[in-house]
Amino acid sequence: MTTTDTRPAEPAGIGAVRRPRRLRVLGLAALVLVVLGLMCVSVAVGTRDVGRDAIVAALGGSVEGFDEAAVAKRVPRTLLAVLAGAALGVAGAVMQGVTRNPIADPGILGVNMGASLAVVVGMASFGLASATHFVWAAVVGGGITAVFVYIIGSLGRGGATPLKLALAGTAVSAALSSFISAIVLPRNDIAGGVRSWQIGGVGGATYDSLTQILPFLVVGFALCLACARGLDMLALGDDLAAGLGERVALARGGASLGAVTLCGAATAVTGPIAFVGLVVPHVCRLLTGPGHRWLIPFSALGGAALLTAADVVGRIVARPAQIDVGIVTALIGAPFFIHIVRRQKVRSL
Amino acid sequence: MNPSLSTAPSTATLRAVTRGRVRRTRRRRTVIVALAVLIVVVFALTLMVGRTFYPPGDVLRVVLGHDVPGASFTVGRLRLPRAALAVAAGLCFGLAGSTFQTMLRNPLASPDIIGISSGASAAATFAIVVLGLSGPTVSVVAIVSGLAISTLVYALAYKGGVAGTRLILIGIGVAAMLDSVTSYVLDRAPEWDLQEALRWLTGSLNGTDWNRVVPVVIALALIAPVLLSRANDLSLFQLGDDTASALGVRANLTRLIAVTAAVALIAFATAAAGPIAFVAFLCGPIAARLVGPDGSLLLPSALVGALLVLVADLVGQFLLGTRYPVGVVTGVLGAPYLVYLIVRTHRAGGSL
Repeated sequence: MTTTDTRPAEPAGIGAVRRPRRLRVLGLAALVLVVLGLMCVSVAVGTRDVGRDAIVAALGGSVEGFDEAAVAKRVPRTLLAVLAGAALGVAGAVMQGVTRNPIADPGILGVNMGASLAVVVGMASFGLASATHFVWAAVVGGGITAVFVYIIGSLGRGGATPLKLALAGTAVSAALSSFISAIVLPRNDIAGGVRSWQIGGVGGATYDSLTQILPFLVVGFALCLACARGLDMLALGDDLAAGLGERVALARGGASLGAVTLCGAATAVTGPIAFVGLVVPHVCRLLTGPGHRWLIPFSALGGAALLTAADVVGRIVARPAQIDVGIVTALIGAPFFIHIVRRQKVRSL
Repeated sequence: MNPSLSTAPSTATLRAVTRGRVRRTRRRRTVIVALAVLIVVVFALTLMVGRTFYPPGDVLRVVLGHDVPGASFTVGRLRLPRAALAVAAGLCFGLAGSTFQTMLRNPLASPDIIGISSGASAAATFAIVVLGLSGPTVSVVAIVSGLAISTLVYALAYKGGVAGTRLILIGIGVAAMLDSVTSYVLDRAPEWDLQEALRWLTGSLNGTDWNRVVPVVIALALIAPVLLSRANDLSLFQLGDDTASALGVRANLTRLIAVTAAVALIAFATAAAGPIAFVAFLCGPIAARLVGPDGSLLLPSALVGALLVLVADLVGQFLLGTRYPVGVVTGVLGAPYLVYLIVRTHRAGGSL
């Protein structure tokens, strides 16, 4: 690898990195507007062309015509896209902070696949069927996988470098997906359910599943925000953070638990969606600078905007069929991943 | 240097070197013969075993073209093409995988990790489902896009020289993108059942007939000799590109031939059997442990590949209770090995 570990600090760069507070507040407000606008678009636009009257009628609670029914289906879907996007964006930002690694992402680190395997095992062996059960299984499975991948990735000299983490995550994902096929194939009774869950995206959202994952999302967001300051300290390195009075293990554990809860809850309803957690924090960091107290809210809004937009694009591009939102995010996110890898400073964040 | 001092030990050294070389050559030969024998045995076993067992005599007569009631259909039409495709695809994957691994000096740089298999299977599914193509045209589409993808990955990784690590990371990204294309295309074709979809995601030999086998065999017969004739030049790449050129290898020409040939093999095999998970990746390291450090790995890993696919297919069909496609078996075997390889490399402190 041609990168260097220690780059000299650039005093001139600090001013450029730290944006004025007013600018950041404005940015946050603008992002809120973007998300709201995208939500409106997502309700209004879809596979079926719907007139304005029908949209208003549907939002008023009418489900009489086909148009109203179609719009009524779009509302929970939009809400799910916003919530899941926010969860994945924050999970990505926190994972990048915890691992101090620019290419950490729930998809790349294998957390999504671990959550999937746990859900599939739950479906196959314990007859799980409701979103609440899925969430528990997904959080546990994702957590175990995250720890496993991190241990493999940080073995040996140099700790958890991006390459080692990405390879460990890819290898573990590949292993887990083989196990998933091995479990699903002989079980024709669950094969349909698993497949529709795996590529489900946000299309199958109901108010029921939303309320079931909401508590998990709230807890996850709260945990991540509470650990934001600790993450800033961790960015200085473990020793320095400990010297400054930060309880390193607590901050790292709390933040990881929050991130895994968030992406477990999101995965439980939408199926695995990759690359949102990778792209969003990087773009947001350009707006906010590296501090996590700002980065986390920005990532939440950015993730919500990205996933909603991806869902709308997926509905429009292939009319009358739909492209699963996970496919759209992979098509956007993978080139971004390649771009990050191509940049010289892969090793340091 | 004083000549009188250096001559005495040099004869002893020479003798030791000669002895070592003879021993390693013998080991290599033994391994190759043993692998070939094993392949023949398992191939025969595949033809005999199944829901009904046919004795070797019946099988032999069917293979020689005689008409045996019952066995002619089961063995001749069902089992023989399947076993033949297993051997041919295994040879292709093993040969191509170890070509890439040798040339890029990294066991992780196998076509199924750096996105070439993903490219071929995305193209093949696209050609079949969306364009409605079939037969050899599918293979052509798969080859062209396999070549395009490998060029793309190489170009993206090129930044004043290709760092192996960057190539692998970029390949992983490209593979993720192409896999999503594959699942999108499969999603568009709802009439495909899960089995058929999995063929394109993990690889399977189910429902093989001669139409699928023949292109692979022809490709193998044409391309494998080209690749094997370059085996020594490829081995020299392990010393580094500069050293290889200094030793008389035309680096760019050899690389061009090797990449084209390997991608073509991967594409033909993928078009026929799907990207059988991890076979291309596994063969090289296994062969390296069998034959030791001397000589080219191409032929041994091709044989390991054929054996691996045959055995995995046999296991997947009969030993596990339900019938699994071969890719699931190789995936379940191969992925932990990949994890193990990564753990071991990290422990040793190598930069991969």
